[in-house]
Amino acid sequence: MTGSYARRYAHLVTMPTTVPAYGNEAAERLAPMADVTASDAALRRFLHGLPGVDAVGLQARAATLGTRSIKTTAKAYAIDLAISMIDLTTLEGADTPGKVRALCAKGVHPDPTDQTVPQVAAICVYPDMVATAKAALAGSGIHVASVATAFPAGRAALPVKLADTRDAVAAGADEIDMVIDRGAFLSGRYMSVFEEIKAVKEACRRADGTAAHLKVIFETGELQTYDNVRRVSWLAMLAGADFIKTSTGKVSVNATPPVTLLMLEAVRDFAAATGVQVGVKPAGGIRTTKDAIKYLVMVNETAGDAWMTPDWFRFGASSLLNDLLMQRQKLSTGRYSGPDYVTVD
Amino acid sequence: MSDARLSVLKTYKLFVGGKFPRSESGRVYEVTDSQGKWLANAPLASRKDARDAVVAARKAFGGWSGATAYNRGQVLYRVAEMLEGRREQFVAEVADAEGRSGKKSDTAKAAAQVDAAIDRWVWYAGWSDKIAQIAGSANPVAGPYFNLSTPEPTGVVAVLAPQESSFLGLVSVLAPVIVTGNTAVVVASEKSPLPALSLAEVLATSDVPGGVVNVLSGRTGELVGPLAAHQDVNAIDLAGAYGELHGELAVAAEKAAADNLKRVLRPAEVDWAAAPGTDRMLSFLETKTVWHPIGI
Repeated sequence: MTGSYARRYAHLVTMPTTVPAYGNEAAERLAPMADVTASDAALRRFLHGLPGVDAVGLQARAATLGTRSIKTTAKAYAIDLAISMIDLTTLEGADTPGKVRALCAKGVHPDPTDQTVPQVAAICVYPDMVATAKAALAGSGIHVASVATAFPAGRAALPVKLADTRDAVAAGADEIDMVIDRGAFLSGRYMSVFEEIKAVKEACRRADGTAAHLKVIFETGELQTYDNVRRVSWLAMLAGADFIKTSTGKVSVNATPPVTLLMLEAVRDFAAATGVQVGVKPAGGIRTTKDAIKYLVMVNETAGDAWMTPDWFRFGASSLLNDLLMQRQKLSTGRYSGPDYVTVD
Repeated sequence: MSDARLSVLKTYKLFVGGKFPRSESGRVYEVTDSQGKWLANAPLASRKDARDAVVAARKAFGGWSGATAYNRGQVLYRVAEMLEGRREQFVAEVADAEGRSGKKSDTAKAAAQVDAAIDRWVWYAGWSDKIAQIAGSANPVAGPYFNLSTPEPTGVVAVLAPQESSFLGLVSVLAPVIVTGNTAVVVASEKSPLPALSLAEVLATSDVPGGVVNVLSGRTGELVGPLAAHQDVNAIDLAGAYGELHGELAVAAEKAAADNLKRVLRPAEVDWAAAPGTDRMLSFLETKTVWHPIGI
């Protein structure tokens, strides 16, 4: 009796909690939004009905948040948190099993001289390296993330993209980083982008009913405007993205603080509107501890505490880890460290 | 309208990575001549400026050490040419720093110092492609091998410039470090840093790649600690820690430097006017020995 009463009036009261986008309840929460994704016209109306972005205000806000001074114990906390949020990435044509294994070893013990350093969140590789990474990380609890769907350009037919995704999942990937079809998005075919994300999300399902988490890469450097970033964020979240990610790291403009701030605002607003929590992953171009801390400040001030964990915020990076380790050594020993004291990847 | 021009005073700045930044800390200190008359404000560098300078020096090391010795010699000779062109400015600055501005005998002394400094720079420039011949060797070994030892630069060298000889002393410690392919972070004389900061302008305009020489001004006592303890500094020249004032400083610096086995050049009494010899160059070299089979 009370159950049906609660259900009947659920839409009138504030949602008590948010649920994770990868959970089973997420679909239920998204159901009320079904009408905006019912047709191409409805989706277009909705996305174009989102408020425009105040570009100057956004940049100023991002710049202001970048001026916070984080020192001593707070800095130590931020460094450890940032290390635990890293998706340690190698996406080179020249990747070998040996290189992937070395990277995995580094992910487990980022600083072999200091066992108190936390491990990273995930190792991000190409699909053919998933099995190697999975074996190297067995028992560590570190996830294996795999890019898929014809990364980085996304220029392939849908069946190819889905096969790419299924291969990676079958090889043991815990997370799939897909790229959207920027050409379709920029030419206004929103529904085709939406359907593609849904199809890939479906392909992430495993036989046992669980699913690999889906990160959707926008390649914001190619989307031209902040308005587009806001639209594509909502589009991906409506389609069921578990994470939204800025860039592939393969174009000249990668993650920037304003774009990440905009995406953080989008996940915050999405959680408020639907009760579904989606993660954010800036990737590419984040190389220094100072940058990483700026992003963490932004997360805390925009999305809030609930996002300050590796489950909901990630850094797609490779060289960032070394800088974090050097800063950590400086904090613990009092003397400046150098590149001779971290690994060359 | 009056005929008097408003004087255009120079803002002395640090020299880090080929750029002229103010101190990260925003601090400056007053520089006076020997009589206490104000000359200029110099930046008061902080440990973070020292850190930035080391990063810049490390970044420049690959290119500078990889340049041919002949090329390095030419670049350094070019520095001497530029110094010659700015001779009057350096004479005035050295006279101010070490004597009384405007006094004739002090100016003559300063001129002699500047001339000696330029000559020394040329002398060191010539050593760039000759040092391997006196510090390297072909070693006789019992086997069908060529066995060759060659000197290589040690890396990033922190240099505390002499406190008293603000220009000749500075050139005498800086030139031998960079001629062999090291990169340098120089802490200028605390009391009279202006000639060093002006030398940076010369370096910036004479083909020396940015970051090969980085000049900091400020409290020697404040900067030596972070530099001596820095894990990415390969050697330290403590010339500027000589004398009663800095005796304890040198001991502390040596202890900190031992942590990553830096090469340390201990402070000693040096007559900067005397012929320098090759000691300072040889202090910041590593020997690489290669075995190569003799093809028959």
